[in-house]
Amino acid sequence: MKKIKCALIGSGNIGTDLIYKIRRSEVLEPVWMVGIDAESEGLKRARDMGLKTTADGVNGLLPHVATDDIQIAFDATSAYVHAENSRKLNALGVMMIDLTPAAIGPLCVPPVNLREHADKLEMNVNMISCAGQATIPIVSAVSSVQPVAYAEIIASLASKSVGQGTRANLDEFTYTTSNALVKVGGARTGKALAVINPAEPPMIMRNTIYCETDDSPDQAAITASVRTMITEVQKYVPGYRLVNGPVFEDNLVSVFMEVAGLGDYLPTYAGNLDIMTAAATRTAEMFASEILAGKLTLKPVEAA
Amino acid sequence: MVKSKLEGRKVTFHDMCLRDGMHAKREKISVEQMVEIATALDRANVPMLQVTHGAGLGGNSIQHGRALATNVEYISAVAKKMTQATVSVLLIPGLGTMDELDEAYAAGARSVHVATHSTEADTSPQHIAHARKLGMDTTGFLMMAHLNDAAGLVEQGKLMESYGAQTVYVTDSAGYMLTDDVTEAITRLRDALSPETEIGFHGHHNLGLGVANSIAAIAAGASRIDASVAGLGAGAGNAPLEVLAAVCDRMGIVTGVDTFALMDMAEDVIVPLMDHIVRVDRESLTLGFAGVYSTFLLPAKRASARFGIPARDILIELGRQKMIGGQEDMIQDTAMTMARERGLLDAAE
Repeated sequence: MKKIKCALIGSGNIGTDLIYKIRRSEVLEPVWMVGIDAESEGLKRARDMGLKTTADGVNGLLPHVATDDIQIAFDATSAYVHAENSRKLNALGVMMIDLTPAAIGPLCVPPVNLREHADKLEMNVNMISCAGQATIPIVSAVSSVQPVAYAEIIASLASKSVGQGTRANLDEFTYTTSNALVKVGGARTGKALAVINPAEPPMIMRNTIYCETDDSPDQAAITASVRTMITEVQKYVPGYRLVNGPVFEDNLVSVFMEVAGLGDYLPTYAGNLDIMTAAATRTAEMFASEILAGKLTLKPVEAA
Repeated sequence: MVKSKLEGRKVTFHDMCLRDGMHAKREKISVEQMVEIATALDRANVPMLQVTHGAGLGGNSIQHGRALATNVEYISAVAKKMTQATVSVLLIPGLGTMDELDEAYAAGARSVHVATHSTEADTSPQHIAHARKLGMDTTGFLMMAHLNDAAGLVEQGKLMESYGAQTVYVTDSAGYMLTDDVTEAITRLRDALSPETEIGFHGHHNLGLGVANSIAAIAAGASRIDASVAGLGAGAGNAPLEVLAAVCDRMGIVTGVDTFALMDMAEDVIVPLMDHIVRVDRESLTLGFAGVYSTFLLPAKRASARFGIPARDILIELGRQKMIGGQEDMIQDTAMTMARERGLLDAAE
């Protein structure tokens, strides 16, 4: 079966884990890995896994886009360089899946709103953050039952699973995730907190979701909605698991989740890596299937 | 009496009643009470005092509790009343942001503790650089210092110094460090950091060592010490400032504060304000014994009452799992899991 050829930009933890996820896909094929350091572990690994590589950033990829028929690119660099990467690749008709907190395109959480992005022929979709992918489905599950005045989430990440990009840009992580709790999660206001824990052995990613409802929560309906949503997420992240809750105290709904990864690039504790790369892959697959079915044709975006 | 080797040493005290003390008050200190306490500290010639939600900027949340006012309201009310004291804030990256630091600066804060877990200094470069750009007195604050060794603390302290921190703190958030641990950590940092960089120590009194550890830190080269009047702070509290001031007076350490005024303040203002007497008791001692973040004390007591698990058991389990500051959600989670294992909670809940 024909597959859509993909480029991965950024050879850190996320880019490397993406190779494993995309290689398993029935509709995607990883072809290029773009880095900035020829000696980096990430580029070396990509070469070993059979990808073409360049250490010249996105500019090193541009001459090969047409000849290698690259149609989808995943950007796992940083919020600061994403805009430029996206502009250059969109101009060549390459669709961007943005895994940085840049959020210049619409925000995507697959079980919540993937379908509407595919219908709109978006050329850039943003995957928010690992914490966003792990928590927004639950916020959405609650807000689909009744109005949520405020959603607050806490993501605890194993230190070994948090790369330099996230560490150096925690504010962007906070802003992008908080905003997405509202835009995608459906809460009226939102706040995201991140904690990096260095315990050995590393702790599995944990996420706590608090939702404050306007009226007394409909406990049975919310519990059912949350459980259904967890099943949806488990379709692409099997290690997405409810630890405690939903628990109810006045108008506060609390849900305690754990996310174990598949152990592709980093061990299973790094569920934060998996939920991001798996969500990005699922998003790309939706677009790829549309392209393969002839329902979607990517077009170059003229520079504004 | 033996003459003190520290005679003439200069130390800057930094009061924590209106930040760490917020934890002991479940974030319920009013703006009026803050102004009253800050004014008394200013009159007692305390040179620095911290004013924010207990978890710092961005702290108002379900996770960390909601204060009676915003940080900006607290800071601006206090800052305009100060005649000599500098108002500082706490900023933990991942919770607080640079936007909030800008607001705090505009409200009158001129010093900041940029705090990270003791192994995660590299989450602070943006915030430290931003604080320096604002012209703030900038501290890198290594929390839960007992979870790193002295060599590791040096490495992390050097990172913070390289980002622009003018002071690096060893922060014994769990009140777990023994005096020899403090001496080693501060000595190594003093040797490794530039002579212009100050070293600080922030203790908790969970093992009754708040004052002794602060003195050990001074002896090893620390020149900034966090403490709070009557120890108002998380767990068994911070080093009680009036006690530390009295000890420093006896040793000839120069602090510039009015010790009698602080003693009066402890007795007449702070202790009457306490919801519970902040002291070493079974649960706060457990924090120091097991190495648990001091702020976990009151949420653990609440979870204990709700799920029927003794607070000490919950705290010991949190220590075993190496939970750190900011993971307050894991207190209820852990209590629920323990309650289920003990047959006190329905498996479906």
